Amino acid sequence: MRRDASPFIRFWREFAENRLALVALGVVILVVGAAVLAPLFTPQDPYDIGKLVLGDARRPPGHVGSGGYVHLLGTDAQGRDLWSAILYGLRISIQIGLTAGAVAFIVGGSLGAVAAFAGGRIEALIMRFIDLQLSFPAILLALVISAILGQGKWQLTAALVASQYAYFARTAHGAAVAERSKEYIEAALSTPLSSRVVIFRHILPNCMPPLIVVATVQVANAIALEATLSFLGMGLPVTHPSLGMLISNGFQYMLSGRYWISIYPGIALIVLILAINLVGDQIRDQLNPRLQR
Amino acid sequence: MSAALLELDGVSKRFRRKISLGDRIAAKLGAKVETREVRAVENVSLSVIRGETLGLVGESGCGKSTLGRIAAGILPPTSGKASLDGRPVMSESGRHEKLTTRVQTVFQDPFASLNPRRRIGDAIAEGPLAHGLVDHAGAVAYVAEQLYRVGLDPSYASRFPHQFSGGQRQRIAIARALAMKPDLLICDEPVASLDVSIQAQVLNLFLDLRRALNLTAIFISHDLGVVRHLSDRVAIMYLGRIVEIGPSAEIYASPKHPYTQALLTSVPRLNRHREGRRAFRPIAGELPSPLSPPSGCHFHPRCTLATDRCRTEPPQLRSMGSDRHAACHLAE
Repeated sequence: MRRDASPFIRFWREFAENRLALVALGVVILVVGAAVLAPLFTPQDPYDIGKLVLGDARRPPGHVGSGGYVHLLGTDAQGRDLWSAILYGLRISIQIGLTAGAVAFIVGGSLGAVAAFAGGRIEALIMRFIDLQLSFPAILLALVISAILGQGKWQLTAALVASQYAYFARTAHGAAVAERSKEYIEAALSTPLSSRVVIFRHILPNCMPPLIVVATVQVANAIALEATLSFLGMGLPVTHPSLGMLISNGFQYMLSGRYWISIYPGIALIVLILAINLVGDQIRDQLNPRLQR
Repeated sequence: MSAALLELDGVSKRFRRKISLGDRIAAKLGAKVETREVRAVENVSLSVIRGETLGLVGESGCGKSTLGRIAAGILPPTSGKASLDGRPVMSESGRHEKLTTRVQTVFQDPFASLNPRRRIGDAIAEGPLAHGLVDHAGAVAYVAEQLYRVGLDPSYASRFPHQFSGGQRQRIAIARALAMKPDLLICDEPVASLDVSIQAQVLNLFLDLRRALNLTAIFISHDLGVVRHLSDRVAIMYLGRIVEIGPSAEIYASPKHPYTQALLTSVPRLNRHREGRRAFRPIAGELPSPLSPPSGCHFHPRCTLATDRCRTEPPQLRSMGSDRHAACHLAE
């Protein structure tokens, strides 16, 4: 491997050696791209209630509905075209997953780094609180918070952040404790630079590798958690179905042979989460110095 | 003689092992909990005069780096005071924040002392920008000037530390320290982790800069040869205390303290014609643990001249004629 290449290019070359991860990355890009550009690929806007025709409800895949187009994956109980609903649902799921992941990253990462930098009682207070929170299942916490905040996209995102920032905080804390004792931090403090500058410009950037790994996994987890909450009826309003709610809506028809209402959103969810996790695994392996060649 | 720039007044630093929550509860309940203290620096007083270079020498673990860090405002002293031109280096209460930018430090390991994720231009400009020594518009030219001064191409400013060798990195670290326009530069074994050939380059750079900028410096090293080359005065430390201090030529010519004498005879030399071949005689015994330093004079268990008085009474630094001091009951 050439040494003059920039770290990013070297990282990419190593990443590309793992075919599975490369395929997974392709799938992630494809799914995200399809979700972002959903209006271009879908025959129907599933959120426009005026366009829904109840006569088309629960039709099997391949049915040509009253709109004159083929329902590739069938329709759900409200007469929504499932293909359209899945792409729009992915849109919501990815949006919530990314927003929650990003906010949790910033909040948790800062908290962990501040705790590691401050040390003493502040550190003990922050980290014990986070340990306490981690001892509860994330889904329980998310359920309680969304029950308090009510339904809606932002309420759901807040609930996800509140149940996930702790993972970032603990990872950032562990990495920051190691960085804190390094000489360049001492050098920065002896300049002197303010604590804020030292934490956010010196410690945190050097904690990025483990945080990025946690971030990929947590985005996938946020999407899964959002789907779970929606499935349980705690998430989004019925008029804007995310993947979890589509699965939930089709659930009651499973045993009557109308499998497609639940199965296809489920497959979309599994493919997306699996692909993100595979990408995350590869990044983790590459950043783990013990596995470095 | 001009006035002292840096004054260390009875400075001590003790490191206490962190007491766990369990131990604290046990102590509250009446159990005896051992609190072990490392006395890294014990009651050190010294002053550095404007324009001079003070060499600080001692074995590893003798507290010389800790003393340097107290002078640099990185560590707060447990007791005593470090002041620059009469003003304290660090705030004495609260969070122990460093108060001055006039003391800067060059660290031992140039692979650890530069942030691996910052371009070196940013690393050099950061401090001066934060303290208003230069504005954003002038930062690039300022960095170029600093790099040029330490013998590096100004175009390197946009590179990352991993693209440089050890000697180049140490030059960057020196440039970063000097960019703050310090009055006092503290060099904590700046060449110890470099190849010998590179050491000479960095030391020569240091000598040139000292002359050009009229720097005052504390040069910490375990290498007597390096210190002799650079210092106007030398302070020898043993287990947290200064055992001898004086002009370097005089100390090297006629050491007063038995520890200094032992150190100087253990320096390997190429030219031994007059003395003939001589067996290497290391100082007997090992450096005692600073957790439980010996009574009296710290050096007595290893000293060939030790008397009963040395075992009980710690010697004070006594004047040994013109600007020389040694802490030994027997020296004169």
